[in-house]
Parts: sequence; C-alpha cells; structure tokens
Amino acid sequence: MSVKRKKGVAPYLVLVGLVFMALVWLFPMYIAFINSFKPEQEFVQNGVLALPQDWDFSKFSKFWGEVNFSKKLLNSAQVSLFVALIGVVLSFLTAYAIGIGRVKGRIWILGFFMVAFTIPQEALIYPLYSVSKMLNLYDNIWSIIIIFGVMSTGFGTYLLSSVMSTFPDELLEAARVDGASPWRILRSIVLPLLRPTLFVLATMFFIFTWNEFLIPLVMLPSNDNQTVTLAMAVTTGQYTSDPTARAAAALIGFMPSVIFFLIFQRTLMRGITLGAVK
Amino acid sequence: MSNKFEQTRQYYWFAVPGVLTFATLVGGSFAYNIYLSFNEWQGIGKPEWIGLANYERLIQDRVFWISFLHAFEFILAMSIIPTALGLIIAALIYDFIAKHFGNAVSTFLRISLYVPQIIALPVVGILWAWMLSPNVGVINTILRNIGLDKFALNWLGQSSTAMFALSIMMIWIQIGYTIVILISGMSRLDPYLDEAAQLDGATWFERFRIVTIPQLYPEISVVLLTTTVAALKVFGPVYVMTNGGPGDATQVPAYFSYFHFFSTLKVGYGASVATVLAMILTVLAIGLLKFQRKMGVLR
Repeated sequence: MSVKRKKGVAPYLVLVGLVFMALVWLFPMYIAFINSFKPEQEFVQNGVLALPQDWDFSKFSKFWGEVNFSKKLLNSAQVSLFVALIGVVLSFLTAYAIGIGRVKGRIWILGFFMVAFTIPQEALIYPLYSVSKMLNLYDNIWSIIIIFGVMSTGFGTYLLSSVMSTFPDELLEAARVDGASPWRILRSIVLPLLRPTLFVLATMFFIFTWNEFLIPLVMLPSNDNQTVTLAMAVTTGQYTSDPTARAAAALIGFMPSVIFFLIFQRTLMRGITLGAVK
Repeated sequence: MSNKFEQTRQYYWFAVPGVLTFATLVGGSFAYNIYLSFNEWQGIGKPEWIGLANYERLIQDRVFWISFLHAFEFILAMSIIPTALGLIIAALIYDFIAKHFGNAVSTFLRISLYVPQIIALPVVGILWAWMLSPNVGVINTILRNIGLDKFALNWLGQSSTAMFALSIMMIWIQIGYTIVILISGMSRLDPYLDEAAQLDGATWFERFRIVTIPQLYPEISVVLLTTTVAALKVFGPVYVMTNGGPGDATQVPAYFSYFHFFSTLKVGYGASVATVLAMILTVLAIGLLKFQRKMGVLR
C-alpha cells in the first residue's frame, strides 16, 4: 500500500504519453483497416479518416481473388516451414560441434558464419540467379527453400553456439565418462534440453523467411510461384489510382504476419533477446 | 589427453553438413560475385575480363557516392535515433509502467511498438506510400484539417523531402526492436545499485544516465551494430516506394546494384557495387564478433 501512496502524478503522465505513442504507432494499421472496408464514394466524400458507414467487404475479396491470395499463402507457408526445418537442423548440428564438441578452430568456424551472415543478399543474388538457371531450379520455390534454409544457418549457428557454450560441463563430463558417444549425448541430453530454444529459432526463421523480398523477387518471376510478400510488392502498383483497394491490399498483406506475431509473441520476443546478448 | 582429442575430433562430423552447404552457397556465390566485378558482362555469353575498370568507374560515379551518403543517413534514422529514443522509452516502460501499472500494460506497449518490425518491408512500403500520398494521404489530410496546408507536401515526389519521409518511416519501424532488446537488458541489471542511488537522492533521470546506461553498454552496442548493418542493407522500401528517386534522391547501394544487375544489365558493375557494400559490412561484423568475444559469449 505504501508503494501506491508514493505513486504521485509522474507515472500517470508517463502512462498517458506512452499509450498515446503506442496509438500513433498502430495508427497506420488502423487507417488501412477502416479504409479497406469503406465504399469508394464514402472515401471521396468523407475522406480517409472517417469510419465507414456501410461496411463493404467486396474489395477485400476482390483483391484476394485477383491475386489468387490463397495460392500465395500456401507458397509462403511451404517455403517458410521448410526453411525453418532445414535451418534449425543444420544450425543445430553445426552449433553442436562448436558449443558442445568445442572442436578446434571453432572460433574460426563461427567467425566465418558470422561474417558471411552479414554479406548483403545483393552480393549473392546474381550468382544464385545464374546458377539456379543452369540447374533448372529457376522459378521453382525449392530454389528459395534451399537458399534460405542454408543462409539462415549463419544466424542460427551463431545463436545456438552461444546457447550451447553455456551448457553445464558436469552433465557432459558425466555422460562422457559413462562412455556415451557424441551422437548419444546429442540425442539423450542436448536435444531434449534445447527443444524450447530450437522452437524459438524455428519461429524466427519462419517469420524472417515470410518477409524476405529480394531473392524471391529475382528467383520467382511467375505468378503461381510468388510468395505473399513478393505478391504484395509487385501487384499493388496496379492499384495506385484506387486508394481503398490499396488499403485492402496492405491489410491483406500484413494480416498473416500480425496474426502469427500475436500467437507467437512470447516465443519471438525470447528469440530476439536471445540473439542480441547472451 | 589423447582420448579427449579423439573425442573432439568425432564432433567435427556434426559441422560438416552446415559448413559445407553454407560455404558452397554463400561463400561460393560471394566469390563468384567478386569474380564478376572484374568483368564486363550482360548476363549472357562469356564474361570479359576488364580488371579493375568497374571499380575505377565506380569511384567517379556520382550516384555511387550519393547512394552511400544515403545509406549513412539511414544509419541516423535506423540506428542512432531509434537507439536513443528506445533507451528512454525502455527505461520509462521498465521503471514506471511495469512497476505501477503491471505487466499487462507494459506488454501492450511493447507489442504495439514492435508490430512494425514483423510486417514485411514491402508491405510497410505500401502502407506508408499510401499514408504519404499527396492528395488522399493520411498525413496531408491531418495537416490540412489542423490548418497547416502549407506543410501538406508531396513527400515522396520531391527530392527535398523524400529522404526525410523515408527516415520517419524507418524510425517507426526500428524503435520496437531497440526497445525490446534494451528492456530485456534492464531486467538483468542489479536493482541494488538503482536503489542505492535513489536513497542518495538521485532523480530518475540522473539514475538513468549514471546507473542504467553504463550497465547497458553490451546491449547498446549490439543494438547499434545490428541496426547499422540493417541500415546499410536497405532495399525493400526503396524498391516499393521510390525506385531510388525522384532523380537519385533516395538511391541506396543495395538498390543501385540491383538496378545494374537487372535493369541496365551491367552485371559486372552491379557486382562491384555489391562487393564494396559487402566489404563495409564485413568490417562491421568483425567488430561485432570481437566485441561479443570480449563480452565472453564464447569460452
């Protein structure tokens, strides 16, 4: 109770200020939302800020149908899911050698992953483009699954190695004394204990991949292969003259990410902070 | 001892798939990109070796320098300002909101400010191109409603304001990331120091400046470095919103190289831009790694 009495007016000012800021931050999404459902003549008459009087759902479904959004959702889900799977498996194995195995030269291996992970995609895109054409993987979503699956191991190895290097030594020593092989230690000790972290990493890979843009833009020219993010960027140009259709497009574009985020919010936040400082 | 070495050697096998695929795909592509930067090539036929000619042209190319200048302007909008603001907001949320109003309110604030981070950049670009549109856009509508008609500009359509408009958007995007990392940093701090300073009569701002910030140096550096890397890589919003224009007003290195790869088909030239960008980022990454080692991430 005594804490409450000391509260004073300052916390309330902070609260009001920050809530206002949060509303400003959400404002663009709110605006996109109300305008997606606003009939066009209402938009012309009442402007962009007014709430719709008649809720018009036709633009939403029209855009959905025109860009064949269900297909794009499926493509994005397939790509992100497989990338998460490949990325986690490869990162886990490599990080196991570095963090648990403490192999010689681990600093160099990790340094290589770290440095390569900051190479901009622009410095890889043309070679990837020409090689995928040679291998007949161009315009095939498996090309970007392979590319992102492998590329995500840069960040994944870095993150998992730093988590695994804090693993209790006694546990590993005890297992080694008992004659457990590295493979056995991986299966019966490390994997079970690390399962939550691997899930966090998979969630991050999923959403990172979902939002990728440059590589899909170059590798997937045909309509049927586009991901959600790519489709948003290349089709909305057609709707510049129709502001409410554009709002609907933006809403459809960010809805999957926002829903996903709200479901996995806790998991993602853990991953983001895990990646920053261990 | 030899037994232990034997054991360590067995662990190398686990790194083989990851290292091999990564080295082939990322290392191989990058090496090929560097090779291309010494060639003249239209994307078909045989590349023609021209030595350093692309780099010589690059140094004299005004647009190349402008694009890097803009990249450094984005460091301000994506790294420095979001980190500074993020520090203050994180401390306010941590010290006032969480303590007095509970976790639900502080979670609401964090989620609201973080949402822009999880939306794909091209989608953010569509949203903001629309917010900033000169006639029907939200920002100009609001400005007109409050009588500031003369500030209702064609934000993205004129060179003088295009970078500024993009920068505002970048701050909107980035601040959630810095806040989340910094709050998690604050939760690891020892509350004893803060309480001691409070007993000595230090004001909130003094404690923030003298007690909190120095303890947060690890998080602050990581945030500064990762956001700086992101600032140098900007591509999506420029592609969707401005195509580098008007003129070269929002040209950035990533878009500049993309443009040469796929529009002018000067593949070698685009590759040289991408190589320079990669070199700069690599130097930054090495800095990050050295720093992390110093902080004891790896034993």
